[in-house]
Formats: sequence, structure tokens, C-alpha cells
Amino acid sequence: MGTSILKQRDYLIATVQSDLSDEEWQQFQDDLVRRIGLTRARAVVIDVTEIDVLDSYAARILGTTVEMVRLRGAEAIIVGIQPDVAFAMVQLGLTLDRVTMALDLEDGLEYLDSIGPRRRHSIHAD
Amino acid sequence: MQTSERRTALRSPKDIVVAREYARELGSLLGMSSIGATELATAISEVARNALTYGGGGEVVLSQFAEAKRRGIRVTVEDKGPGIADIDLAMKDGYSTGESLGLGLPGARRLVDKFEIVSKVGMGTRVTMTKWAS
Repeated sequence: MGTSILKQRDYLIATVQSDLSDEEWQQFQDDLVRRIGLTRARAVVIDVTEIDVLDSYAARILGTTVEMVRLRGAEAIIVGIQPDVAFAMVQLGLTLDRVTMALDLEDGLEYLDSIGPRRRHSIHAD
Repeated sequence: MQTSERRTALRSPKDIVVAREYARELGSLLGMSSIGATELATAISEVARNALTYGGGGEVVLSQFAEAKRRGIRVTVEDKGPGIADIDLAMKDGYSTGESLGLGLPGARRLVDKFEIVSKVGMGTRVTMTKWAS
């Protein structure tokens, strides 16, 4: 299946590796929301660098996934939307208004590091 | 004119992925720009999902064509569903009878060069889209 979810520090890195069918998107959402509890992750980075089509269905799943992640008490950020995909999404009329975006994984992790030092310190306290 | 046609039966959401992969292959064969191919693949995704959700499935036919020294891809998405009673309403942004965002048809129209929709209540719906490659 074209997704992977890896733990790195207290973050989950969820990578969508190829064009997913609707069922696979749904499965991805379920897995991710569950894994937050299992791993006690503080934040989730959803990396869509490999995705070459983001239609309204996929955008809706991404938007609701971010909402669910927040309801589970974690932060979420989407990284890696490609230029062509951004172009097509805007023409289609898709916006992900309430979702935080970053250019790539590196930027996304940097952003998460910058917003949540308090709880991370409490986890990694000596 | 050489016609190479690719047909995809639309029975499950997986078939949508197959149809848009065909569009990408055909697009790169014709030298379509990367943005153009992404726009077409996205438009196919929207229209095919509509046919699947509201029309109960159908068929996607992709063909290349040439016209006045230009080449392009023509996509027909057809279903034998209940049809659309008010096409003007269905083509409005944000209109949806289901749970979707209501961007499918009007959004797809913005992503292609030509968009035509024919629907008969009780007979089905056919959407024809054209995207130039050169």
C-alpha cells in the first residue's frame, strides 16, 4: 500500500507515497488517527510530495484528517504539495483554509519544533 | 488520423485511478505539459467520481486527436444513471446533492479547454472534455 507512518521523536511522519484509491485514503486516515494514541505522538506531519493528483475527495480526506488529529490533541501539518498540484487545486476551487502547510518535510519539522517547546521539554526532561 | 483509444470501465473508485493514469501516459506521449497533464488527471478524477457516485458507474474513454495542427486528448465519461435534471444548477460551485464539496463538475470545467455535458433524466449523463497538448 502506498503509505507509511513512522515515529520520529514525538512526531508521526505520515508519507503518502503514490496515488491512492478512495479506500486507501480512508484506511490511511483511520491508521493515522489511531497511531496518535498508540505512539502518544504530539504532532503529525503528512507528507504528500509524491502525490500527483489531489482531487476534491482527497482534499476532503486531508482536511478531515487534520481535524481528527487536532481532536486527538495533536498538531498536524501538511507538507510537500507540488507546484502542478497546487495549480490544479486552486482552479478546481479547493482550499485547505484551516490547515497548516509547509514547503517540505524539513520545513514542517522546523515549524513543529518552533511551536511546541513546552510539552516536548516535559517529555524529554532530564 | 491515428486513433488510439483507451477505455476504462468505472465500477469502483480504483478505476478512477486507472483512468487518470492512462491520461498521464497519453499526455506524456503527446508532449503535454506537466501542469496540463495534472489538470486533466484532476478533471477526470472529479467527473469520474461523479459518474460513480451519482450515476452508479459507467465508462471513461480517452482518445488522442488532431485538429488544425494541434493535438490533444479527448475524454468521455458516460454513465447510465438517473441523469441530471438541472444542469445549470449542477454546474454551480458548491452545489451538491451528496456529501461532496460540490466542486466536481464546475471545477473540472475550469481545468480543461472544452467541457460539454449532456444529460437525460432516466437515461444517464455524458461529459466530454478536451485538453490541448500543443
